Amino acid sequence: MPSDTKHTHLKIALLGNPNAGKSSLFNGLTGLKQKTGNYAGVTVDRLEGSTSFLIAETKYTLSVIDLPGIYSLFPKSSDEEIACKTLLDPKEKIDVVVIVADATNLKRNLLLATQLIDLKFKTVLALSMMDEAESQGIKIDLAGLRTTLGVDVIPMNSRKQVGFKELKAAIVTAKISDSFFYDINSPFLNKETSYVQLVSSSLVDGKGTSTFENADKIYRFNTINYLVARYVQSPEQLSRKATTSKIDAITTHRVFGYVVLLAVLFLVFQFIFFISEAPMDWIESAFLTFGDFVRNSLPPGQLNDLLVNGIIAGISGVVMFVPQIAFLFLFIGFLEDSGYMARASFIMDKVMRRFGLNGKSVIPLISGTACAVPSIMATRSISNLKERLITIFVLPLISCSARLPVYTLLIAVLYPDSKFLGVFNSKGLVLFLLYMLGFAVTLITAFFLKRFVKVKEASFFIMELPVYRWPQLKNILFMVYSKVKVFVSEAGKIILAISIVLWFLSSHGFTETYKELDAKIEILESSAATQENKVELKKLGSEKLEHSFIGNLGHVIEPIIKPMGFDWKIGIALITSFAAREVFVGTMATIYQSEDEQNTEGIKQKLLKEKDDQGNLIYTPAVCWSLLLFYAFAMQCMSTMAVVKRETKSWKWVLAQLAFMSILAYASAFGAYQLLS
Amino acid sequence: MLSLADLKIGQKAFVKSFTNELLSTKLIEMGCMPGEAIALSKTAPFGCPLAITIAGYELSLRREEAASVMIELVA
Repeated sequence: MPSDTKHTHLKIALLGNPNAGKSSLFNGLTGLKQKTGNYAGVTVDRLEGSTSFLIAETKYTLSVIDLPGIYSLFPKSSDEEIACKTLLDPKEKIDVVVIVADATNLKRNLLLATQLIDLKFKTVLALSMMDEAESQGIKIDLAGLRTTLGVDVIPMNSRKQVGFKELKAAIVTAKISDSFFYDINSPFLNKETSYVQLVSSSLVDGKGTSTFENADKIYRFNTINYLVARYVQSPEQLSRKATTSKIDAITTHRVFGYVVLLAVLFLVFQFIFFISEAPMDWIESAFLTFGDFVRNSLPPGQLNDLLVNGIIAGISGVVMFVPQIAFLFLFIGFLEDSGYMARASFIMDKVMRRFGLNGKSVIPLISGTACAVPSIMATRSISNLKERLITIFVLPLISCSARLPVYTLLIAVLYPDSKFLGVFNSKGLVLFLLYMLGFAVTLITAFFLKRFVKVKEASFFIMELPVYRWPQLKNILFMVYSKVKVFVSEAGKIILAISIVLWFLSSHGFTETYKELDAKIEILESSAATQENKVELKKLGSEKLEHSFIGNLGHVIEPIIKPMGFDWKIGIALITSFAAREVFVGTMATIYQSEDEQNTEGIKQKLLKEKDDQGNLIYTPAVCWSLLLFYAFAMQCMSTMAVVKRETKSWKWVLAQLAFMSILAYASAFGAYQLLS
Repeated sequence: MLSLADLKIGQKAFVKSFTNELLSTKLIEMGCMPGEAIALSKTAPFGCPLAITIAGYELSLRREEAASVMIELVA
């Protein structure tokens, strides 16, 4: 940059009603220069972006904060409170406030706009959805609005990138409006000297200001009615709304409404369950190949093992979730952006409420059959805090796809000949039962939980049913990208850390036997890879695991798991699969020295023959059922715990969930074993 | 006195007052305030929640929330 150009840095806050098109504007303004962080004092996501441009020889850099959508300066939820407090925090040093108002619904949007103008920041009003307003025949007298509001008014169409240049120019020349819209005769103004002080003190006090709040809003709406009558011409019957009503006649119909919802859920389920399977396989094999490459190119030893089996395996466990998260949020983006999500909650709310859940819990719960991780991230859309927490709490009880390999192996041992009552396919039937059981326990738990969960926030189900719009792919992709990024960087840290701990515990031991075994393996590994040596290595690998820390732990916990019918070998598998359920199958393969780790048939044959000291079979139906129920209800998934920690911002919920699920799993496994043996 | 929960689909009314102060602050900022014309546009399949048309857009609320909004029918 030449030395004679000036460089000005401005901090911009974006504010507006929910659905006003704030995120389109934010994405259009900042592009991919975005970062997520937390708000000061509270751990709620904060989205910040930046943009630079030249106007009249001056280089401007704007850093833009996208604040949560609000309807007024008097917050009704914790999200809204953050928006108001951040705006008024002197430490934030906000230079310019950009108000985003939906041109098709100016009356309601102007309430917040006039409140913000009264705070006496430098302000610009961005009118979004101008294209839609035009197609609805709405005419807005921009010059009139500019004069009356005392701020620059910029018509925008984010979809077609219209208005951004003008908006940037308006931001750098923004001024403080000399108009005011509050009631100067208000008795509340006696104590305070300005509207800003009034709003700030009500934010601090919180309660007891509703009289002032309502008086303020009603006063403003009277002014706004006058403004709208004078500057906005809109036709009586809106053509766009007629289309919305026609679609609603189907989507909220007492029969077709549920048919449509079922079809949508089925599609979502297919995508996250089956379509993400292929990319997940690619990721897995890519990491395996990379791991092999590292294993072979570095000298064998501790570091090599840590890199391949600890770190690379751990990272692979994080990245594996990316396809499912991306597909789920792609769908949710379409559902939210189009306006359908509000209808789905509308028709499901009554049913779900009985269970302490919300109409918006339906999509996360169904997606939970594929994977709890993206589903828990998807509960964000549930605005009622209590119902959101309950949804997060019960979600991991739904049988997810990681349980499938465990179920498959155990059912194969339970019914080796695959027929049940002669007619039914036993595998299908038992699987169906387990899934239904998962759903039932989820709903029952939620039903009881609603009595115990107490939150400070007031509970509303007052929401806008927005008009249907074509979703904007670009916006959705931005959202998918930021969700994936947040998961990989935040939940990924915890997952990686636990993977390394588990790697350490399973590959280290303190006994003499362990050290001898380790030495033997090292010798064998460096000698010729004959068939004989391979079999011997498998045997030694199994023994090594038995004498590692985890092996010792398996023996230690045997008295605790004995009542469920489990021996120390199963104990080892329980510990290694604490990180992820599907690890159970691999560990069993190692312990029982199965010839082929990928093939359940090999492990099945070994398990069927396995006997205890008295010569009794170990894997009786009682033990199999006990294990099945244990895996149906036990947490056994650190990714879920990491994401619950992230979404609830507290370890309290993670620990409560872990304790509850462990007790439930133990009790049902114990019950099944005692009943059947 | 009639409440919003007593409206039949398609019926129009004016908002008169609220019986729940906390709910009223939320409803007023959504544009649902005394003197405003509203109409019940639809209900969800089992009668709850309701959807009302107000100030040019549609708002959904649960039945017991609607019961706190006092109304006067448009003659």
